[in-house]
Amino acid sequence: MPKDSGIGASPKRREDVRFLTGNGNYTDDINAHGQAYVHFLRSDIAHGTLNSVDTTAAAAMPGVVRIFTAADFEGVGGVPCGWEITDRHGNAMQEPKHPVLAEGKVRHVGEPIAAVIAESLEQARDAAEAIDLDIEELPAVVDMKAAVAEGSVKVHDDLTSNLCYDWGFVEENREAVNQAFQDAAHVTSLELVNNRLVANPMEPRVAIGEYNRSTDDSKLYTTSQNPHVIRLLMGAFVLGIPEHKLQVVSPDVGGGFGTKIFHYAEEAFCTFAAKACNRPVKWTSSRSEAFMSDAHGRDHVTKIELALDADNNFTALRTDTYANMGAYLSTFAPSVPTWLHGTLMAGNYKTPLIYVNVKAVFTNTVPVDAYRGAGRPEATFQLERVVDKAARELGVDPIALRRQNFITEFPYATPVAVEYDTGDYHATMDKLTEIADLSGFDARRKASVANGKLRGLGVNCYIEACGIAPSNLVGQLGARAGLYESATVRVNATGGLVVMTGSHSHGQGHETSFPQVIADMIGIDEGMIEIVHGDTSKVPMGMGTYGSRSLAVGGSAMVRATEKIIAKAKKIAAHLMEAADADIELKDGEFSVAGTDKSVAWGDVTLAAYVPHNYPLEDIEPGLEETAFYDPANFTYPSGAYACEVEVDPDTGKVSIERFSAADDFGNIVNPMIVDGQVHGGIGQGIGQALLEGCVYDEDGQLLSASFMDYAMPRADDVPFYSVDHSCQTPCTHNPLGVKGCGEAGAIGSPPSVVNAVVDALQSAGKTDVTHIDMPLSPGRIWAALNS
Amino acid sequence: MAKVSMTVNGKAASAEVEGRTLLVSFLREELGLTGSHVGCDTSQCGACVVHVDGKAVKSCTMLALEAEGAEVATIEGQAAEDGTLNTIQAAFQEHHGLQCGFCTPGMVMSAAALLKDNPKPSEQEIRTYLEGNLCRCTGYHNIVKSIMAASGQDVSALAAE
Repeated sequence: MPKDSGIGASPKRREDVRFLTGNGNYTDDINAHGQAYVHFLRSDIAHGTLNSVDTTAAAAMPGVVRIFTAADFEGVGGVPCGWEITDRHGNAMQEPKHPVLAEGKVRHVGEPIAAVIAESLEQARDAAEAIDLDIEELPAVVDMKAAVAEGSVKVHDDLTSNLCYDWGFVEENREAVNQAFQDAAHVTSLELVNNRLVANPMEPRVAIGEYNRSTDDSKLYTTSQNPHVIRLLMGAFVLGIPEHKLQVVSPDVGGGFGTKIFHYAEEAFCTFAAKACNRPVKWTSSRSEAFMSDAHGRDHVTKIELALDADNNFTALRTDTYANMGAYLSTFAPSVPTWLHGTLMAGNYKTPLIYVNVKAVFTNTVPVDAYRGAGRPEATFQLERVVDKAARELGVDPIALRRQNFITEFPYATPVAVEYDTGDYHATMDKLTEIADLSGFDARRKASVANGKLRGLGVNCYIEACGIAPSNLVGQLGARAGLYESATVRVNATGGLVVMTGSHSHGQGHETSFPQVIADMIGIDEGMIEIVHGDTSKVPMGMGTYGSRSLAVGGSAMVRATEKIIAKAKKIAAHLMEAADADIELKDGEFSVAGTDKSVAWGDVTLAAYVPHNYPLEDIEPGLEETAFYDPANFTYPSGAYACEVEVDPDTGKVSIERFSAADDFGNIVNPMIVDGQVHGGIGQGIGQALLEGCVYDEDGQLLSASFMDYAMPRADDVPFYSVDHSCQTPCTHNPLGVKGCGEAGAIGSPPSVVNAVVDALQSAGKTDVTHIDMPLSPGRIWAALNS
Repeated sequence: MAKVSMTVNGKAASAEVEGRTLLVSFLREELGLTGSHVGCDTSQCGACVVHVDGKAVKSCTMLALEAEGAEVATIEGQAAEDGTLNTIQAAFQEHHGLQCGFCTPGMVMSAAALLKDNPKPSEQEIRTYLEGNLCRCTGYHNIVKSIMAASGQDVSALAAE
């Protein structure tokens, strides 16, 4: 019987009622009294010298309040980067200044040059058209290898080159890995592209700045996954506002997928301008602006090589990757192709020697940063593609080759610096074999062929590191922040609880799932528990939601705070029942004295905490509110096995996904319904990457895919129903809930199986020379491969 | 500026608007009906779908003045007076057909238009009909399932929610 409450149940989401009735409170739904509107004049040139910005005529246009340019930001900090990488020679990465408004040069299409504030948005737009720009166009550099070639145009004149860093990992293994390749019985190599993507949460970004002159308080409403991080970065590094004078609020947020982690220039601008104009200012991104100002994702070009011995055991892995940073370093950009990518290259396999080289490159494109999975999809894609190619070259079953090389003993220390605590990769592969009905594939292929279609099967595994992350470790790796989480549990006199969590829900359903955990711990109804998030004035501290960390880190903080609550409540109960603290038991919302029939209800204890007439005042304070900070001891390591079956129309090259199956191990599960939904969404995005999505620049740096008419988002008829399963559970050993995180798995695990399946389909038609096709697998690319 | 009058969710509404004011702006800014969302600027995403004289319309693609005298229905008018969700809304909650909620008003309004014309659509008919509604969270699985359930079809044999 499925549970109907607590951990393991799937209660209907309480947040749904407001979303389903149009009563959500998204940032663009908020209008401040007396607000003015912001429109950014953005560069339509990828690279140029900004000689002058003449705002004279524009300033005289109707409704214009004020126009800002870089000159107004003298003495104001740049938009900061939150992670410093040390290169393979021990040197710090090259880190250019990232001005709020373009200074001296424009470096990508979409870079804000000036901002018009007017009484209406239309007036602001009209006035922006009257700004006279003098930009001397320079040659743009878009291709990463060209950008680091001798004599390339430089994106930043004050840097020595366009190379941000040249990272080697593990550098000490470099020669041993090279030797292993020389000794190998077989080497499989593959060059591939991990296509540049745009996260495209359905809600575009919005920022509203407010300022109270009488108190000198600033306030920012923003569509962020982590309002406290924005408060810290913007307050400390850009505007010089201390935290106690700056409130950041992220109310209902319409999806994030990584691109709403980062601190953006528009946020700093609106906060700054509200003070400068002494009135609220509001900016709402259009979708076109989003395409050229939201940080993009992926964009790696990689050569990967796998060495095997005569028995098909993996002996070494070597990769050489170029990672696009875009024109400036977004908040966490340097960490994505390095620590979130290199450390995952062992995957599910006991490859003893691994060397990863990553060259991060500046180009005249929008900054690139974390997008759902962030580095881990890139690692998984190349690894699972090269393993599939190796199986084909060796003439062995790709699943058998994987199984032969699986890590089977845990904990397992990889050669790339992480230690997997738990996992059972054979179990998830067994489950996949069952739910995907792999034994029925041959019959389905025959049926497809009879219909004039090619059918292919692709399988892959994945491992990810999430629940980020131990602060002392990431500090050593270059993070400029800690990655703990906090929670405050406030129990009211009548027994209800409010949990103030630093995690932020923008679709994940925390308002429903977090109370399930506390309800189980205390034994009370979930309806007595309310979750507060997304407001720095209400939540003491928070590092936010990304990297599948909310339950593993934020939930653990909540558990720790609740444990403190229970410990104190037991002391109160002991006093009320005249018993020893150690004898008090809590079950189903009742405190009892072990071995007796004495009991007091949860509500009696909470009332006593606030009406302390009969209370141990000499030992404990009145009140019942506790805060905990939880800093994880390790990453968590969800894993799984995915299978995709495709049909390819040989006449058109069109691919259709016929079946998609996912067997995941997320450790313990709090709300299976929500977990299923997270996996579905991730798979949808992964299929989008594999078949449809691709951000395209021309050689002049013009963004050709800057709308939903040009950038192919997955639609309902591009995807099938998915078969997902998470019954294989090896609980995490180092957090109190035993949870691993499920938010990114679908996006990490799905692209390789789609490409493996399409290659399989083409090979089945005798195209044995087709060993790889780069994503997105558009009909044109498939048709060309079929007719090559 | 010109005066526009229409009926929105059964109530008379009128305001002075610029000729270029979009219906969605009128609903959001003039009437405070912020349930209809703007997710793009090319009429692709469908987060702004409302019904105008019974037909599903992307309210970002229609001028407010074009709705003069029309009967407009938005997401805010779909639940009963006492807050009880309608069949489609209830099915979306039951089957986890929404995550961040931003596309949801448009999905519900599109689903309502579909079911009016086609009370028992097949999976493929639903997927085809939703061509003009983008969702980035759900992978569409539970949206399609919710609409099938709202049409009275047994979805218990479909893959898990």
